[in-house]
Amino acid sequence: MIAAGTPAPDFTLRDQDGEKVSLSDYRGRKLLLVFYPGDFSPVCGDQFSLYQEVKPEIAAKGIELVGISVDSFFAHKAFQEKLGFDTTLLSDFEPKGEVARAYGSYLDGLGFANRTLVLVDEDGTVAWTYESPNPGEFPGANVIFDALA
Amino acid sequence: MADLSSAPVPPVGPDDHVRGEGEEGLIVYADLGCPRCAAAWAGLAARPGRITFRHFPVASKHPRSPILHAAAEAAGAQGEFFAMVDSIYADRGHVDDPHLWERVRSLGLDLERFERDRRTAAVAERVRRDFQSGIRAGVAGTPAVFDACTLVAVREREF
Repeated sequence: MIAAGTPAPDFTLRDQDGEKVSLSDYRGRKLLLVFYPGDFSPVCGDQFSLYQEVKPEIAAKGIELVGISVDSFFAHKAFQEKLGFDTTLLSDFEPKGEVARAYGSYLDGLGFANRTLVLVDEDGTVAWTYESPNPGEFPGANVIFDALA
Repeated sequence: MADLSSAPVPPVGPDDHVRGEGEEGLIVYADLGCPRCAAAWAGLAARPGRITFRHFPVASKHPRSPILHAAAEAAGAQGEFFAMVDSIYADRGHVDDPHLWERVRSLGLDLERFERDRRTAAVAERVRRDFQSGIRAGVAGTPAVFDACTLVAVREREF
C-alpha cells in the first residue's frame, strides 16, 4: 500500500463516459480515490450506494470522491445507472490494474484491486490511506469522516 | 452539516422505537426496502426481549426506502410504528402509495393525518438522525444488529 506523505502516482484513465481524466486534473482540490474489486459485485454496489447517501457531507468537507476498478468504462456506466449514483468511476482497464498496482492496491492472483481508500491532498501528496482486511469488507463512511476530521 | 465521524452506537433513548421489555436488548439498523432486512425481521421480531428499530434507508439502493421509513414514522405518530414495520416487511411487493393507504386503513389509522405527517420535515429529520447515528457507528450494510451497543451481526460476503 502506498504510504502517506509520498507523491500520488499520476494517471490518465477513462471515466464512465469515456472521457480521459488525470490525477493532475484535481490539483488544488482534495480527492478520495476509492479502489474497489469490480462493478456489480454485491459489496461494491453496497459501498457506492452507502457513500452516495453521505455525498453532501463529503462534498462539504471539500472532497471529491472517485472510484477506480479494472472494469471497462462501458461497465462503469451501466453500474452507475443501475444503482443510480453519480460518483465518477475510472477504468483501470489497459494495462489491467496498472494504477492499482502503482498505489499498492492490486491483488495478484485475484485480478482486481482490494478495497482501498487513498486521500490525495491539494498538492498531489498522499495524505491518508485505508485498506480493507479483505475484499468482502468495505470501510463504513465513518472511516472517511475520521480521516477528514 | 452533521458530524459523521466515528462514535459509539447511541444507547436507547426516549425518542427510540422500542418493542418488548427487559434490559438493553437488540438495536437493529434496518432498511424498510431491503429484502435481507425483511427476511431477518421475522426472526428478530419473534425473539423475546427488547428490540429497538433504527432507520437506515439507503435510497440509491432501494429508491422507495425513504418513503417507507417516513410512512413508519407517520404510523408511529398514531401509535402504530411497529405495526407498519411488520406490515411492510411482511409484504414487500406492495409498497406504492395506494398500498400504503390500504395498510393505514387496515391498521385503523387516520389517513389524512398520515398523509400530512409523512411529508413533514420533522419526520425526514427523525429518519436522518437514526441514519447518521448508524453511519457514525460504522454501519455499512443492513440489517446491522447491536447487542448492548456492540455489533453482533453483519453479512459476510466474498466481494
